[in-house]
Amino acid sequence: MRPMPAAWVSGRRVLVIVPAWNEQASIGTTVSEIRACVPEADLLVVDDGSSDHTRQRAAEAGATVCSLPYNLGVGGAMRAGYRFALRNDYDIAVQIDADGQHDPRYVPTLVDRLSEADVVIGARFATADDPYKVRGPRRWAMVLLATVLSRLAHTRLTDVTSGFRVSNRRAISLFARHYPAEYLGDTVESLVIGARAGCVIRQEPVVMRPRMAGRASHSPVKAAVYLLRAVFALFLALVRDWPAQLDDSAGASTAPTPQPSATSEPPRARGVTAPEDRATEQVEP
Amino acid sequence: MSGVSILGIVGSLVILLSLFEMLRRHRLREKYALIWGIVALGALTVAAFPSLLAWATTAIGLQVPANLLFFVASLVIMVLTLQHSSELGRLEERTRTLAEDVALLQVELERRPLLEKESGEESA
Ligand SMILES: Nc1nc2c(ncn2[C@@H]2O[C@H](COP(=O)(O)OP(=O)(O)O)[C@@H](O)[C@H]2O)c(=O)[nH]1
Ligand SMILES: [Mg+2]
Repeated sequence: MRPMPAAWVSGRRVLVIVPAWNEQASIGTTVSEIRACVPEADLLVVDDGSSDHTRQRAAEAGATVCSLPYNLGVGGAMRAGYRFALRNDYDIAVQIDADGQHDPRYVPTLVDRLSEADVVIGARFATADDPYKVRGPRRWAMVLLATVLSRLAHTRLTDVTSGFRVSNRRAISLFARHYPAEYLGDTVESLVIGARAGCVIRQEPVVMRPRMAGRASHSPVKAAVYLLRAVFALFLALVRDWPAQLDDSAGASTAPTPQPSATSEPPRARGVTAPEDRATEQVEP
Repeated sequence: MSGVSILGIVGSLVILLSLFEMLRRHRLREKYALIWGIVALGALTVAAFPSLLAWATTAIGLQVPANLLFFVASLVIMVLTLQHSSELGRLEERTRTLAEDVALLQVELERRPLLEKESGEESA
């Protein structure tokens, strides 16, 4: 038996998804912290073909680990996570980085805001006294992305590259089919998809911590390249057709939720899926 | 403007437009689009300013501008093919891994009831 669930859960099933790639130094602490702060939630670490001990460290700390056979990028790992959430009928999916930047103590607050939204982003730069500082081209890129996405989502967004977010069922079933693997697709483009599909997107101010271990390479050249790629990624995300044809063929065969139209209406419960949808789910002998 | 220039400009514009449309419809990934975009832009520049080509030809010490053009074009095509070959190799390696994973999982699944039965008999 679990201990009495906290009020914020209120009978819903919550899954925390942690994408991790070569994070052996921080994954153990991150997993333990999440388990201590939100014991009501299940925890899935998507180990993205790491060449270090990420998988072992995560399992030792008590997480369920899904190991991909090779690196798919954050987008690929997160789609695997959302598909897991959909197949196992979770009501809420929480995305938290493995590097310890995101404080799981915010999770209940973020989840509470799902009462008025489909996706809630844990955002930096939302308050004047936010200690997290980014400068130069990287900052310009973030401001540009935030401005454009704010217009698209009809709300004020200050940090669209944040990987700290919670999604409800509707968003889960959307992301289980369409979660881009392209550059910045995991954050920016997925928000564009969400907004286009009619999901309500909101943000909640959070304070992020510095990276626990590993690289933090911020040269001016890299920052400039980041700006260029961000502009290109944003442009593409905006002009693109959604739902994607290419991604469809990849996601459709196993995702239990049917047609793309499911994204514009509340997803059906697992038990009442239409027969033709069940058929697509079955694996050939 | 000469007929050759117009042909070159129209050609590269068609490439650029189809690139855009393919990206928009998810028929092309960014990593491939980048190199094609550079090729199309390069062709556009040379077509619009043929004097650039003449200047580069004398700068390198070649006699005929067309030779430089063909040389660069064949080089570009070689690089593109090389990129595709390496991507193909990577994909082959990945499908191989996947096939092995699926086969191993299948063995594991088929053996599971057997193993459970065995351990059940032992404890009985
Ligand atoms: N699955 C997966 N996760 C990744 C990959 N690259 C980075 N990550 C994870 O994504 C999260 C954020 O990465 P990070 O480099 O800190 O990005 P930043 O916080 O935006 O600077 C961390 O949990 C990383 O482990 C990848 O290729 N695949
Ligand atoms: Mg980080």
